[in-house]
Amino acid sequence: MRVLALAGRRLAASLPSLLIILVGMFLLLQLAPGDTVDALIAQMGGGGDAAVVAELRAFYGLDISVAAQLGNYLWRLVRLDLGFSAIYGKPVSTVIMERLPATLLLMSASLSFAFFFGLLFGVIAARRVNRWPDTVISTLGLVFYATPSFWFGLMAIVLFSVHLQWLPAGGMESIGAGLTGFARLADIASHFVLPTLTLGLIFLAIYLRIMRASMLEVLTLDFVRTARAKGLDETRIITRHVLRNAMLPMVTLIGLQAGTMLGGSVVVESVFSLPGLGRLAYEAVVQRDLNTLLGIVFISALLVILVNFLVDLVYAQLDPRIAKGDG
Amino acid sequence: MDMTRRRALATSAAIAASVNLPHMAFAQETPRRGGTMTVHFATEQRILNPSLQASTGVYIVGGKIQEPLVDLDGAGNPAPCLAESWESTPDGMTITFRLRRGVTWHDGRPFTSADVQFTAMEMWKKILNYGTALQQFLDAVETPDAHTAVFRYSRPMPLNLLLRALPDLGYVSAKHIYEGTDIRQNPANTAPMGTGPFRFVQYERGQFIIAERNPTYWRENLPYLDRIVWRVITDRSAAAAQMEAGQVLYSPFSSLALADLSRLGRDPRFEVTTRGNQGNARTNTLEFNHRNPILADIRVRRAIAHAMNIPFFIENFLGDYAKLGTGPIPSTSPDFYPTGMPQYGFDRALANRMLDEAGHRRGAGGVRFTLRLNPAPWGEDIALFTTFIQQSLQEVGIRVEIVRLDAAGFLRTVYNDWNFDLATGWHQYRNDPAVSTTVWYRSGSPRGAPWTNQFGVVDAELDTIIDGAATELDPTRRKARYEDFVRRANTELPIWMPIEQIFLSAINRRLRNHSNMPRWGSSSWHDLWLAS
Repeated sequence: MRVLALAGRRLAASLPSLLIILVGMFLLLQLAPGDTVDALIAQMGGGGDAAVVAELRAFYGLDISVAAQLGNYLWRLVRLDLGFSAIYGKPVSTVIMERLPATLLLMSASLSFAFFFGLLFGVIAARRVNRWPDTVISTLGLVFYATPSFWFGLMAIVLFSVHLQWLPAGGMESIGAGLTGFARLADIASHFVLPTLTLGLIFLAIYLRIMRASMLEVLTLDFVRTARAKGLDETRIITRHVLRNAMLPMVTLIGLQAGTMLGGSVVVESVFSLPGLGRLAYEAVVQRDLNTLLGIVFISALLVILVNFLVDLVYAQLDPRIAKGDG
Repeated sequence: MDMTRRRALATSAAIAASVNLPHMAFAQETPRRGGTMTVHFATEQRILNPSLQASTGVYIVGGKIQEPLVDLDGAGNPAPCLAESWESTPDGMTITFRLRRGVTWHDGRPFTSADVQFTAMEMWKKILNYGTALQQFLDAVETPDAHTAVFRYSRPMPLNLLLRALPDLGYVSAKHIYEGTDIRQNPANTAPMGTGPFRFVQYERGQFIIAERNPTYWRENLPYLDRIVWRVITDRSAAAAQMEAGQVLYSPFSSLALADLSRLGRDPRFEVTTRGNQGNARTNTLEFNHRNPILADIRVRRAIAHAMNIPFFIENFLGDYAKLGTGPIPSTSPDFYPTGMPQYGFDRALANRMLDEAGHRRGAGGVRFTLRLNPAPWGEDIALFTTFIQQSLQEVGIRVEIVRLDAAGFLRTVYNDWNFDLATGWHQYRNDPAVSTTVWYRSGSPRGAPWTNQFGVVDAELDTIIDGAATELDPTRRKARYEDFVRRANTELPIWMPIEQIFLSAINRRLRNHSNMPRWGSSSWHDLWLAS
């Protein structure tokens, strides 16, 4: 019950910023020259006559003033209606729901990958600080962090898909293979290996650096010395005492990054032809599909609020003092 | 340096030239049944029904599912498809189509003249881009019986123009699907139903489209393929990698990067060719805003043309897939292509002299004046040409500021707001100059119609020639009129069209019977097969 009350308070506090984001986004897109009918005509290659174009503007609700369009949008939003997508000719909520699975899968897979290995390598680097394992791990981390993800993705495709033919070059699953059950899961997993690695390696670099620094800091604290004085063995000190305290910055970071990744990764989704939210948002901007773009912003914002709420709950688990302070 | 580049280009030329030879060898083989064709689908469209939208992005899918009244044969002449024969009255006011019998829609209902009547009046005349202009004088389509459609025009319609336009602008939709519905919102727009060799199965947005063999297709025992899968791949390098991995067998309409195309062209597994795309010729444009008094002066426009070394640009940046343009009608259109038209060769000294004579002396830093250049955001060649324009004009003292916008922004800024000095993009030639070429020159185009005369050009003589040619019924006299048109266009130079290009296909060599007609990428692929 206390958790629910907290959640409700959080949501209420986020509403004003949500409104500002949506209205700002709406107005920002008005500044871009051209509307969704121009984008459609660009796709058609011209030849539309004036009457048809006027009819299209009316069809997409662009024949009224900007203020009226904004008013209509907000009024629909109050009734939890995200409107109709110009590009897809379907309700925006349906379009987003179709794209959400790929994004969530990619995001959770690459975040877990980055979190787990970042933790592992961060601990190893901290325990062997300034010796060769630390140097190797830190250098590799820097290389991954500095490599542009599109290049990394393309090189992975060239190596693993074109030359070795181990993994598919793109897409979410084998098209029309009619797989079910476990075979289908394995098929989807094989399609997600390369995108997960491409996206995850960049985050891995960040996590391992944070983890290493945080470990080194905690290792110098008094309670660690006490634990050592008690005669505990080193592994037990690391897992029971140091790790738990060193995790706090990692959890903060995962909360922040989950938000960024929910918007999807345009680059990774494009390179691997995944139907995610990032590509959808990009397309919505290029095609001036306001409803879809605002819908994505709205859903992403809600998810960010949710993730941050969960992060707060995890904080309380890791460090009981935080929960008391929050009271 | 120059030598190696030349040699590289020569290699790709040799590959392009040799493509006909293996094709002839394949003709001896027995076609194999079955297999799945996979196609690179670069830009998703809002609809897939070619009766409602005329663009290559729609034909690449819808053209396999729906069929036009008339198609083209291997030599580019009109060939029967849903219409078996046609005739025109001598005055050009009535054109009669005899329709094929025994054709059924994918849902089993018979195809009749009522479908043609409905599509022509409700779609081609009212909604279809380019169709609305082509059919604006179509008064009625009469259906004396189920297999005859009589088109009645209020102004003479040249039969040749109609037949050349119909392969693109003559796709038929089923009346029973669309009648009494809001055509723009009909679900069949993204799940098309037709009479074609392939039946629509599934469309997952952002991922793929699937169509399967139509077992009751009217061409007996065809098609050979079991399935077609279109894969949505927006990243061009990723698409090239998928071609190499064998996940995609065909990338149409120059959708890959130029560097990847020339690389694949050297790979024995692939063929990179303009063959099969002759019906999709385009010219690069340099569009002048005549509302700018500097550009309203013909001496300045001619000087700009003389200032650019187009053969150098083509040789070094576009290679053998482009050639020097000679005017608005490309050389791929033998029925209309005129020779001996006025041209503007590269002559920097002359350009400088002409600008001096026009009264634009060099000022501080050698600059005569500054112009804004808006490039269209499609096509790598446009981006390269934009830089080339900027650098060439700098040499004659014209400073060029490049204004880059995305598709919607470009169209709005150039063709609606007229907020530009120079613009560069493509003019798409659609088999007959009356379809999408003369509109670039004819005055009186409504504001905001892209790829039409939005340049402030009013040339009474040009208008007269264009109008006369549009209603000329005699093919020889029509050709002569279009020769007058090109001569006038090249003399007055309201727009310059200095480069001619044809789209490139990248094709896996396992495919047989491909690229065998001038609009193959758009065509139905009923005879395409896949070697094991």
